[in-house]
Amino acid sequence: MSILINRSTRVVTQGITGNTGQFHTRASREYADGRKCYVAGVNPKRAGEDFEGLPIFGSVREAKAQTGANVSVVYVPPAGAAGAIWEAVEADLDLVICITEGIPVRDMVAVRDRMKKESRRTLLLGPNCPGVITPGELKIGIMPGHIHREGRVGVVSRSGTLTYEAVAQLTELGIGQSSAVGIGGDPVNGLKHLEVLQLFNDDPGTDAVVMIGEIGGSDEETAAHWAKQNMRKPVVGFIAGVTAPPGKRMGHAGAIISGGKGTAQEKLAVMEACGIRVTRNPAEMGRTLRSVLR
Amino acid sequence: MKIHEYQAKALLRKFDVATPRGFACFSVDEALEAARKLGGGVWAVKAQIHAGGRGKGGGVKVARSLDEVREKARQILGMQLVTHQTGPGGQKVRRLLVEEGADIRKELYVGMIVDRQTQRVCLMASSEGGMDIEEVAARHPEKIHKVFIDPAAGLAAEPAAEVARRIGVPEAANSQAAALLQALYRCFDQTDASLAEINPLIVSGDGRVVALDAKLNFDDNALYRHPEIVALRDLDEEDPLEIEASRHDLSYISLEGNIGCMVNGAGLAMATMDTIKLFGGEPANFLDVGGGATAEKVTAAFKIMLSNARVKAILVNIFGGIMKCDTIAAGIVAAAREVKLSVPLVVRMKGTNEEIGRKILADSGLPIISAENMGEAGRKAVQAVKAVTSARRAVKRPAPARAKKARAKKAPGKNAAAKSKPRSKAKPKPERKRAKRTSARGAKGKKK
Repeated sequence: MSILINRSTRVVTQGITGNTGQFHTRASREYADGRKCYVAGVNPKRAGEDFEGLPIFGSVREAKAQTGANVSVVYVPPAGAAGAIWEAVEADLDLVICITEGIPVRDMVAVRDRMKKESRRTLLLGPNCPGVITPGELKIGIMPGHIHREGRVGVVSRSGTLTYEAVAQLTELGIGQSSAVGIGGDPVNGLKHLEVLQLFNDDPGTDAVVMIGEIGGSDEETAAHWAKQNMRKPVVGFIAGVTAPPGKRMGHAGAIISGGKGTAQEKLAVMEACGIRVTRNPAEMGRTLRSVLR
Repeated sequence: MKIHEYQAKALLRKFDVATPRGFACFSVDEALEAARKLGGGVWAVKAQIHAGGRGKGGGVKVARSLDEVREKARQILGMQLVTHQTGPGGQKVRRLLVEEGADIRKELYVGMIVDRQTQRVCLMASSEGGMDIEEVAARHPEKIHKVFIDPAAGLAAEPAAEVARRIGVPEAANSQAAALLQALYRCFDQTDASLAEINPLIVSGDGRVVALDAKLNFDDNALYRHPEIVALRDLDEEDPLEIEASRHDLSYISLEGNIGCMVNGAGLAMATMDTIKLFGGEPANFLDVGGGATAEKVTAAFKIMLSNARVKAILVNIFGGIMKCDTIAAGIVAAAREVKLSVPLVVRMKGTNEEIGRKILADSGLPIISAENMGEAGRKAVQAVKAVTSARRAVKRPAPARAKKARAKKAPGKNAAAKSKPRSKAKPKPERKRAKRTSARGAKGKKK
């Protein structure tokens, strides 16, 4: 079992004619059931053509109508990415996964506002995220498929390579993953730790969760408070950025601490108080998870 | 991106935010000239650096005669201004803002920032202006008033007027204050600002509301659509290493420690820094090479790290993912040769072709210490630094035998690390073929 995506998901790639879109669509199709799951690409100027056998449509709506696509992945460059997200929302897909990094915050504020005001049901993952993978079934995004292994542990993280790190540690210990989700590092995004924890909680195929956070914001604290009341499965955690100096931006737009708020220490303390087993050593994420498995 | 106060005020004036009249000056003569043009009998002479806390550091002075303007300008221009935001070395003052003096009746605070929780721009305002607003927020949260602004509708007159009332703007100035807040939001929105702060916003003796100070930061991701703001960039205010890094599409931040780190991905980079700290070391920098870690990028990264004289060891932590470890290893070897690496280098690589990558590093004859995982990498880097510093101390010491013994007893592993770093042989080696880029980049450009 899994969350968000599985082998019956049908995927459309927005931005399939760019280098990144092509490279990762190809790699994703080669992973597990990818060939069956990827059904279309979108580019308004290249409608009617195909990418290695995948039909290209002029719009997401058309791709959905013709192929039954229910999830899209966005590789569109920053200036057009928010527009691409909205197009997928308007086409009423189940989920849109935005990989694109560098989208202006104002564009994200506008598209999130519209999604909320119109009560759209489409979920957004990202932007600036590695995507989501259900090992052995389907990979949507830029993560290396081979480090994953089918199993029953959920992984949720803001950061890309740190997610891979956690996954690789689990796999090395023989612990497989139900799904691994990268929610992205931008300040204004879609699914947050809380919502992904809720999905893992409801997934009968997930026994425990690794939750990885970063300095900045209060999403990890919010998720931890919810988990204390509602989570029926063990959660282990790590927060990156103990050494980050206040006020400095660490690559991710989100990873910035201001005024003593959102520090790693503070987050770790809240998570511990909420019953989450945390480690301060990122090399111990896998072993920490193993210690809570019965 | 940050800009100076005088630039921020010029921008705000375009949106009809009232500010004192003033001129930017680059010399004492210009400061005098500015004061003459402004007229009156009182002027503010303000250091223009990007860091905050200028007043406390002695960078803002009031002058009551032209002689005083000259004197204050002379004092401030060229000084190393130290504030809580500059670090102990301070920042050299190269520009001044000379303004007409203000008659301050009341000092208020107004700020705007994107709130992650509500995903809206948040207007924050307080009656407690002029002081450390974070202190106020912590001790008297009830004195911070917040309005979350609907991005489609903007800031309406009514909530703006209400906020002005709550922070104690006199009723006579209420509509002017409300208009100022609306103007501030328009400026924030239209320039893709990430932070706007007016501290203090003053009520003057004649009952007007004026922005006495101004700070604007901008969303780097949106600069492509604001060439007029990019033109305001002052490279003198930025860390030269950070500028050099941004030229190579690297994300670099100088820190105070002595272990240079090169990592792919911001989260993993922070985690690597944390690991160093965990084992008792201090990172010298944050450096995210992104996804396409080509030989060129790796070389640039090494040069940048090594131009920091404090660096005593380097830790490379790459999660190869889709990108192959042999490619990365070749890049590291080429870079280490090119920069004539002279400090211990600890490398941890994970991903496809890990073994081939490790062999390339081992066969290179370079002082490279391999690590299996992040923890080991952090521990070995910290050990390497200790070995280097104690070796140096031992050389200086008159009784080397004792020092050697102590060192050998303490950490045999350290010795191996120090010894395994004979300088690379003098014989010229054919430069390895530049690693080919195997990962796709573009919209992402990062993580492989």
